[in-house]
Amino acid sequence: MEKFTILQGLVAPLDRANVDTDAIIPKQFLKSIKRSGFGPNLFDEWRYLDHGEPGMDPASRTPNPEFILNQPRYKGASILLARENFGCGSSREHAPWALMDFGFRAIVAPSYADIFFNNSFKNGLLPVILPSATVDRLFMETLATPGYQLTVDLVRQKVVAPGGQEFGFEIDAFRKHCLVEGLDEIGLTLQRADEIRAFEERHKAAQPWQFA
Amino acid sequence: MQPQTLYDKLWSSHVVREDADGTALLYIDRHLVHEVTSPQAYEGLKLAGRKPWRVDSVVATADHNTPTRNWDEGIQDPVSRLQVETLDANMRSFGAKAYFPFLDGRQGIVHVIGPEQGATLPGMTVVCGDSHTSTHGAFAALAFGIGTSEVEHVLATQTLNMKKSRRMAVQVDGALGRGVTAKDVALAIIGTIGTAGGTGHAIEFGGAAVRSLSMEGRMTLCNMAIEAGARAGMVAVDDKTIDYVRGRTFAPKGDLWDRAVAYWRTLRSDEGAQFDRLVTLRAADIQPQVTWGTSPEMVGSVLGHVPDPRRIEDPVKRQSVERALQYMGLQPNMPITSIGIDKVFIGSCTNSRIEDLRAAAEVVKGRTVASGVKLAMVVPGSGPVKRQAESEGLDRVFRDAGFEWREPGCSMCLAMNDDRLEPGERCASTSNRNFEGRQGAGGRTHLVSPAMAAAAAIAGRFVDVRQL
Ligand code: SF4
Repeated sequence: MEKFTILQGLVAPLDRANVDTDAIIPKQFLKSIKRSGFGPNLFDEWRYLDHGEPGMDPASRTPNPEFILNQPRYKGASILLARENFGCGSSREHAPWALMDFGFRAIVAPSYADIFFNNSFKNGLLPVILPSATVDRLFMETLATPGYQLTVDLVRQKVVAPGGQEFGFEIDAFRKHCLVEGLDEIGLTLQRADEIRAFEERHKAAQPWQFA
Repeated sequence: MQPQTLYDKLWSSHVVREDADGTALLYIDRHLVHEVTSPQAYEGLKLAGRKPWRVDSVVATADHNTPTRNWDEGIQDPVSRLQVETLDANMRSFGAKAYFPFLDGRQGIVHVIGPEQGATLPGMTVVCGDSHTSTHGAFAALAFGIGTSEVEHVLATQTLNMKKSRRMAVQVDGALGRGVTAKDVALAIIGTIGTAGGTGHAIEFGGAAVRSLSMEGRMTLCNMAIEAGARAGMVAVDDKTIDYVRGRTFAPKGDLWDRAVAYWRTLRSDEGAQFDRLVTLRAADIQPQVTWGTSPEMVGSVLGHVPDPRRIEDPVKRQSVERALQYMGLQPNMPITSIGIDKVFIGSCTNSRIEDLRAAAEVVKGRTVASGVKLAMVVPGSGPVKRQAESEGLDRVFRDAGFEWREPGCSMCLAMNDDRLEPGERCASTSNRNFEGRQGAGGRTHLVSPAMAAAAAIAGRFVDVRQL
């Protein structure tokens, strides 16, 4: 996994609560057996006026000019500003894959659905939680200021606004460590193989029917 | 010892190690696998030169992409076919305790076949790359959905790194009224606490109304825990749990059965155990439910009306209700029973078990689907459910009324195969998500119970099943 320490980038505001994973990446694109290539279909139903199917050339599609990510001023955004319960719905990891493939590296929102939140960390996409009032304010500033950028400093656990104002955020120590060092979590866990094996033996003794 | 909740017991019996900050390495007993969220995980395993830690923990099937008719023609969509064939190939090279491929007589929706085969047992940790894994919590198992990276992590290490959730009790007191089912209870709970109400929590469902539910009903309830934001939902063990599991293919036998049952009987919250949050509902207040919006929390009684956004003060909420009504093509204040439908879908891991089909058939019996309904379909949850229903003659009841009787699979719950809504079409659906486009781009989904879906099919609009 790529390391994540500090990110400065353009902010795109998606002003909707409960954005679900079906909206982030519709099901017809889940038929892929790869982890990449989902970017052109991120938010497909909102982003295009025509219906998308796998294999279509994005250049032949009709973009919806109303949709926020299609507005030229947000082109190249790497930070998504979002509302409550972002990423609710299915467990599809295609959602963070699509967000990253599109170019996002961090999301700032008041809350996330649990599975999406987890999946994001596994892929080096940082979901930052800030209080609703702060997110409200960032929405206003983003909309009012063309080219609005934020700095997400994971090491110091701060989001820094252009004026220099800082907003601290909480993050689980283990997750931070994995992101900052770009660690392979499976490799890390396998260093504990002996402990897992020892547990397995005890578990087998206690619940032998599970291993019959 | 301090009194423990069911969740505490399930958690602590699977902790391999725990760090000072509370991050635990949790051992996984059962890993359910399907074609959509596993290919990248097996690919990752292969690339890293790793092997599955415990092959006999894996039970797999193909369900999301498989067609529900013309099985003799195979899978026509080449992209779907490749995904299903990739699962076949991964099962051949990596192995599993059991694999029920496309066309197998025991194939079906992963959350239907786990319990049906006895592959889901009380006291287990159960994971699957699918959010509705919460279903298996009906057996007092700790069951939750995971992403593909976690699928790979479980394959390689048999564990997951995670932190314990908070404990939430949802208590439904009293007796359910006639015509009110587990699905209505689930929707009423989500309507009460919201789709993020259970975020960060593991929910234990209890109370007399929950105890009175069959195992099928408890599965429906736990299935919808994720729609309330909770990764896991669960119900304590009682005689119904034990009776359901007894004699199933992968259930323990003989001596081991007795030992297992003795342990399973301990799988309930102790007297006086503490929860972080308690929500109580009165069963008598719950009416048959119909969703009117694009999130499962946008729900109400069939006797009610579509809400009026002008009366909502919170601007974010008002806006989302306005958007939802626009998408759904509904007017504020219209009675739910004035909403006409185009299609009916009875199926999905929420409501495709034998009891669901019986409940729907009872409503349909001797009646016919309304002429304005373009398609009414029943998709059994698995091969065994389908055969059971056919042996009871339920297929005839449905067919005679004008329903289509299909092969098992996820079908129009998420419309990855050919079963889908066309733009603007309105559906009475027994599935679990009414998100925009979920059942097909532009499609409009109303979530209901099987009996209510059947009643809607007959009337051509939503009706109170109790008055039919
Ligand atoms: S039936 Fe629907 S919710 Fe259930 S596993 Fe299949 S797609 Fe997911």
